[in-house]
Amino acid sequence: MSPTGVWDAIDRAPIIIRDALVSFLPEAWRGLANDVLVAATVAILFATIFALLTILERKGLARIQNRPGPNRVGIPFTKIRLGGFGQPIADAIKMILKEDIVPTSADKVLHFIAPVILILSTLLSLAVIPFGRHLLPLELEAAVLYFFAAGAISELAVFTAGWGSHNKYSLVGAMRALAQMLSYELPLVLAIIPVVMLTGTLSTSAIVDAQGSWSLGGFIPSWHVLTPWGFASFAIFVVASFAEANRSPFDLPEAESEIIAGHLTEYSGFKYALFFMAEYFGMCALAGLGVTLFLGGWHAPFAALEFLPSWFWFFAKLFMMLGLFIWVRGTLPRMRMDQLTRLAWKLMVPLSLCNLANAAFWHLAADWTSPGGLALRWVISIAIIATPFLLLSRSLFGGLGPRTYRYAP
Amino acid sequence: MILLAAIAFLILASALVAVSRRNLIHAALWLVVSWFGVALFFLWAGAQFIGFVQVLVYVGAVSMIMLFAMLLTRQGRVPVEMLTLRAEKRIASGVLLVSAVFGVIAGSILGTDLPGEGTSAATLVTLDRIGESLMNDHAIALLTMGALLTAALIGAVYIASSGEEDAS
Amino acid sequence: MTPLHLCLLLSTGLFCLGLVAVLARGNAIMVLLGVELMLNAANINFIAFWRFGHPSNATDAPILVLFSIAIAAAEAAVGLALVIAIYKHQRNVRMEDATRLRG
Repeated sequence: MSPTGVWDAIDRAPIIIRDALVSFLPEAWRGLANDVLVAATVAILFATIFALLTILERKGLARIQNRPGPNRVGIPFTKIRLGGFGQPIADAIKMILKEDIVPTSADKVLHFIAPVILILSTLLSLAVIPFGRHLLPLELEAAVLYFFAAGAISELAVFTAGWGSHNKYSLVGAMRALAQMLSYELPLVLAIIPVVMLTGTLSTSAIVDAQGSWSLGGFIPSWHVLTPWGFASFAIFVVASFAEANRSPFDLPEAESEIIAGHLTEYSGFKYALFFMAEYFGMCALAGLGVTLFLGGWHAPFAALEFLPSWFWFFAKLFMMLGLFIWVRGTLPRMRMDQLTRLAWKLMVPLSLCNLANAAFWHLAADWTSPGGLALRWVISIAIIATPFLLLSRSLFGGLGPRTYRYAP
Repeated sequence: MILLAAIAFLILASALVAVSRRNLIHAALWLVVSWFGVALFFLWAGAQFIGFVQVLVYVGAVSMIMLFAMLLTRQGRVPVEMLTLRAEKRIASGVLLVSAVFGVIAGSILGTDLPGEGTSAATLVTLDRIGESLMNDHAIALLTMGALLTAALIGAVYIASSGEEDAS
Repeated sequence: MTPLHLCLLLSTGLFCLGLVAVLARGNAIMVLLGVELMLNAANINFIAFWRFGHPSNATDAPILVLFSIAIAAAEAAVGLALVIAIYKHQRNVRMEDATRLRG
């Protein structure tokens, strides 16, 4: 087999394995078995990534805070030492064996289905992320819209969790979490609209294909993040996805020093683990969407490296984004509720609207290809987004103002 | 056809439960199930875009507005509807009237000849055609919608926050 | 009984359930719930005819349903704001108490 043939086979390896497994079944069952296998693989893969992510996060945060982190757990009941990387196994055993306490006056059905709906919504949203050249679980024409529809279901789950616990602190925590998620959905969607506008499609595989070329002799990829509007969009998207995933610096709803655990107060044991897992799945889904829309999906950064498997590049970029999430968590302090809603509505929504105009200008000036024209295009484009940013952030910086209580319960 | 019957059963059964609950939050959550059913119907009919918009707008936003309004206007720990003595007459007359309406309309539906399977229009409609049609033929409607939504947003915020501040 | 018959019966049934909620419930928020059900029934009707009929312009129905969904959301927001304003005035949301034209 030629060298490119070998690399192509490695790229297709998951597809080849799946086809081999499915071919054992009779003809009529193959479609269903195909779908079940793909769904199970995505779920198991991301559960493994979740386990790896918990230990990476604990060690990463620990090193940022100048301490070693978990470094004792190997594989339980054996003498194999892993330097702390067996911690997820110990955590899983603990969570499963913990007593599942449900308050007596809680609404049993609502209390039970809230984590289920949350996991369902995040797993559904993972279905439209292309993990590789041939590895898109669900090919949809309106994939980006589907992603946001699946994410909108999670807000309902948060409310159900807060209400079903029959605890006024849970309810207040749930309403704060909802206010945060709703406020930041707008910048998130507005940041993605320029990408959709300039590629002309809502399909994730088409958006990845649109970023698949290189300029300057194969050294500069045409990823969206390397354009002025794309960079601003990516910055807004990253900040909004911190808030959507309830991660620091926006983790007011679930921080231990705040309202205990907000809407998660009355959950213990496996249900708490499900909430935790749903939060990490949501983080992975948003990071995956960011990689797909802005960082070129499964394409390599340089044309010469394109032979490496596409899924390798996707997961490398995904882990870089997740590392960014962990790094920001360890570095920035938590924001107060009114500060973060003010940030969303007063800074990020106007900036994302300016960025829309910026992307429109970039598209209309696409034929300024002479060196002078290109430089002018870049300068004007950067000015369109940087000027409102500087003006708004300067004017908002001094005026965070005293807290006003509107509906203090 | 069986799939359609299953989806129809889901929609109607959850809507029936929703309008018959005393606990408002339970009613709203059963209504959300019904909206999911409607989204499944849209997906079955081939209108993918509309199905996702249905989930995004109704389940993701309108349900939130309703739940927040229920929590802000409750008179106890749990928002339930207070039943009065006149309620029985009102409910009975309402159900009677609506059954008559349903009977008349259903009778006329079953009495007409309607086209069967046929080729669906779904194959002709791709997302970019919807987008082009929206921006070219229906641009005025789109801009009016934008103005309407802005006015509704500002009006709703003003109405809900004006009046005497409750001194709780 | 063609599939279109079943779709129209579904839409009529949903509309009638919404009508029951509007007429028979005494809570203002339940009335708005009923109105949302009626709007959904109308949307189902549009998509049913788009699927089984032979429309000359195939994008009209999805666009109309899109506008209908957006207007329903705006109307729910304004309606619930009015309910909150009424609550501030009379401390409950019973429709039978909201009978005066001025406060």
